[in-house]
Amino acid sequence: MGEAIVITSGKGGVGKTTTTANLGTGLSQLGYKVAVIDADIGLRNLDVVMGLENRIVYDLVDVVEGVCRLKQALIKDKRYEGLFLLPAAQTKDKNAVSPEQMRKLTNDLKEMFDYVLVDCPAGIEQGFKNAIAGADKAIVVTTPEISAVRDADRIIGLLEASELRDPLLVINRIRIDMVKRGDMMNIEDMIDILAIDLLGVVPDDEAIVISTNKGEPVVNENTSLAGQAYRNIAKRIAGENVPFMNMESNESFVSKLRKLFGLAK
Amino acid sequence: MDFLKFFNRDTGPSKNVAKERLKLVLVHDRTNCSPHFLDMVKDDIIKIISDYVEIDESGLEVKLTKTKRDSDDTMMPALVANIPIKKMKDKSRT
Repeated sequence: MGEAIVITSGKGGVGKTTTTANLGTGLSQLGYKVAVIDADIGLRNLDVVMGLENRIVYDLVDVVEGVCRLKQALIKDKRYEGLFLLPAAQTKDKNAVSPEQMRKLTNDLKEMFDYVLVDCPAGIEQGFKNAIAGADKAIVVTTPEISAVRDADRIIGLLEASELRDPLLVINRIRIDMVKRGDMMNIEDMIDILAIDLLGVVPDDEAIVISTNKGEPVVNENTSLAGQAYRNIAKRIAGENVPFMNMESNESFVSKLRKLFGLAK
Repeated sequence: MDFLKFFNRDTGPSKNVAKERLKLVLVHDRTNCSPHFLDMVKDDIIKIISDYVEIDESGLEVKLTKTKRDSDDTMMPALVANIPIKKMKDKSRT
């Protein structure tokens, strides 16, 4: 029996889908069987981020309505052993599915997979309620902005009201240069305000944009800091104790040399 | 340019401003403090206090703010009621 984890944030655009895609891929590379579900019905995107958009035949709503069997709708990612995607429907809306149906669907998937990751839509309405219905655990993604942290706080409250206790925090798109200047909230500031445990920190990284352009998860880019961060988070989900990355290592070799010779500011 | 920036920093780095604004907004968010809730509190306060004091009901104000805790100066959410008194009712005479 696997574990279902919902990836949520409240605010849109903070990186839920990117996080879901990368953690799904990361966990599959650790040798686990993983299903990622796109619960954003009507605004499906996990398929393009993962580069599987051309292979969709059936979707989540088809499964729920009994148009096809669950296995028929699951798309196998041929690049990664054990990774499957259940895409969202694009032509329906959030009310096409009920929380009870989502609970049953997630439970069926938990029978077949070690991890079921649910990509939650933005907002706190029906789509959110559906996405969290079958989840055992929750990951809250936020960025170091007032609006994102405020929404994360609201989401944490709603998760707890739905009996999803102790959600874990992923801080996305942090910029170490701005944190150093004091122009961006740092990790401690956000943990202090949100008062939940930290699962990982993902630095702002151009490699994310590039890999999303190509439909390949950044988790495979060995040289990318964001990729490294996602690999670490995947290991932590699997129960490994991985120390938090030292973001200072962001500096290039050249800038280190400059510092050495006192040329840097 | 840098020294100008230095003098501009009376509020501290912008992240401190963000943190303070965020904390204040979360006080309201977390208490789920709707105007309806405050009205209910207000009505009950009027009911109880009116037994002892004649108050100016139109001037009564109940709001949620932040205040510094005496012991360690941390900011705490506080419910503040401003109750204008018209006349004391002398209960002992009745």
